[in-house]
Amino acid sequence: MSVPRWSKYGIRFGVLFYLAALLVFPVLMIFVRTFEDGLTESFEAVTSEAGLAALKLTLITVAIAVPLNTVFGVTAALVLVRQKFRGKAILNTLIDIPFAISPVVIGLALILLYGPREGIVGEWFFDQGIRIIFSTPGIVIACMFVSLPFVVREVVPVLQEIGDEQEQAASTLGANWWQTFWRVTLPAIRWGVTYGVVLSTARVLGEFGAVSVVSGRISGQTETLPLFVRKQFEIFNDGGGYAASMVLAVIALLTLVFMNLINTRKEV
Amino acid sequence: MGIKVEHVSKDFEDFKALDDISLEVPDGSLTALLGPSGSGKSTLLRLIAGLEHADGGKVYLDGRDVTEMSVQERGIGFVFQHYAAFKHMTVRDNIAFGLAIRKTPKDKIRSRVKELIRLVQLNGMAHRYPSQLSGGQRQRMALARALAAEPKLLLLDEPFGALDAKVRKELREWLRKLHDEVHVTTIFVTHDQEEAMDVAEQIVVMNEGRIEQVGEPKELYEHPKTEFVMSFVGEVNRFGDALIRPHDLDLALFKSDGAEEAMIERVSHLGFEVRVELSMANGDHAWAQVTRAQAEELELEEGQIIFARPSRAKVFENGDGPPTAPTDELQVA
Repeated sequence: MSVPRWSKYGIRFGVLFYLAALLVFPVLMIFVRTFEDGLTESFEAVTSEAGLAALKLTLITVAIAVPLNTVFGVTAALVLVRQKFRGKAILNTLIDIPFAISPVVIGLALILLYGPREGIVGEWFFDQGIRIIFSTPGIVIACMFVSLPFVVREVVPVLQEIGDEQEQAASTLGANWWQTFWRVTLPAIRWGVTYGVVLSTARVLGEFGAVSVVSGRISGQTETLPLFVRKQFEIFNDGGGYAASMVLAVIALLTLVFMNLINTRKEV
Repeated sequence: MGIKVEHVSKDFEDFKALDDISLEVPDGSLTALLGPSGSGKSTLLRLIAGLEHADGGKVYLDGRDVTEMSVQERGIGFVFQHYAAFKHMTVRDNIAFGLAIRKTPKDKIRSRVKELIRLVQLNGMAHRYPSQLSGGQRQRMALARALAAEPKLLLLDEPFGALDAKVRKELREWLRKLHDEVHVTTIFVTHDQEEAMDVAEQIVVMNEGRIEQVGEPKELYEHPKTEFVMSFVGEVNRFGDALIRPHDLDLALFKSDGAEEAMIERVSHLGFEVRVELSMANGDHAWAQVTRAQAEELELEEGQIIFARPSRAKVFENGDGPPTAPTDELQVA
């Protein structure tokens, strides 16, 4: 494409400015503010009992929701790409629903099904002595709901791209379905899975709307880190809010680095 | 491993890929399935492999009914047109795959892989990835991978189709030599008649989901049973009902019995062979294949009037029914 020099630089500058204004500066401000007044005050909030409980709950939620959605996502992608059946288009659309619906609405929908009084499923569990809404299970379910499409959407195009010849080759060499999946399919789609996991993790870490509806926001019990951040601002402890935000950002960054590290087999 | 296919049919939605096919392939032979695209040759190969399942009919390997057996259990080696290399594995791991699946001891895998790398001439490339190999090398790796677990049957689906002409020729020759060394029953699919004639001991000519003729290359060329076989295995000219091979059309400067007048439209020098395109007196077009020496002797050039006489022609009974034997073999003395 031949573009005049001035417009080439113009376009580039435009993109960079857009990124800086919307993304880089706001995130940078968090770091600046966290360290501005010294670390002690900021980290007092994070290391408080409620802060640690929020961190723990967030990590538990990630540890349950992300692996489950990864397994589901890879399975659903395999079904969507490798199988032919009636109603495939419907399944494909269903998977995108979490992208289309507002998280607050998702939270309400979950209460209507899992609430101890409002929902049939919730009532049954309540009778068994298990609380779903206003408790950890509800938070995990809400996070799974909102982050469900990521792995599927990252893996589907990769599966389409690689085709099924390598899988056929594996079967002619004696590999059964499971061996083919582990030795051939999974390594071939690993970058798609990686990005899906990173995106899911980021979404689960940061989910506010749906979690805020189903959690009941009980400090020290059903408060995740994003809810904790909000709370800190509400009680005018801005420093605590910045610090907690930074913890969130660091976890997300670590996930990204970790997923890239486990993939550093030689690239093809 | 001897193969027997009995009355096998296969439909893909409303397309008849295979229509009541029966075929026997002797143990240790090198057979080509030859036909145009859509003739069902790849489907037949995949059916023998177990990658497709027949709608009707039976497949026997070594006398055993394997119709319902999975591809894993059949113990075959399969080579794909586009290599199907495992891109995330080195050459060595690709070749070792079948052995690793069978839980072969490590030292045994190592020695077998070494042996195969030598056999397919990929010395020094064991640690490369498929993306670092040329097309020909990738296909040789795929062949080694298919041979690693010592299959009794080697199936190749257009194995040289994605390669350029020179490499294709080399690999062809190499496959034939390999078969002499390894003696595994081998079937390969091709749409290239020259490739089939060059490599195979037995050729199965297929068209529209059916077998037209089975035979040795020479037999197919000289005694085709159907018009399709005659025109697919080699080139033909058509004069009315008669089919004539271009090299059976003798050119002369003077008229003789059975010769027809023609005007030379074009002379192409292809090395030893010279193609002479003719416009016959009745308006038909034809071409004759002559040697360079003959072309020089007759001083052939465009626009020249010449006499063409078929030395050998073949007439097939026309019709849409099953293939019929030629009714007349015209020999013009």
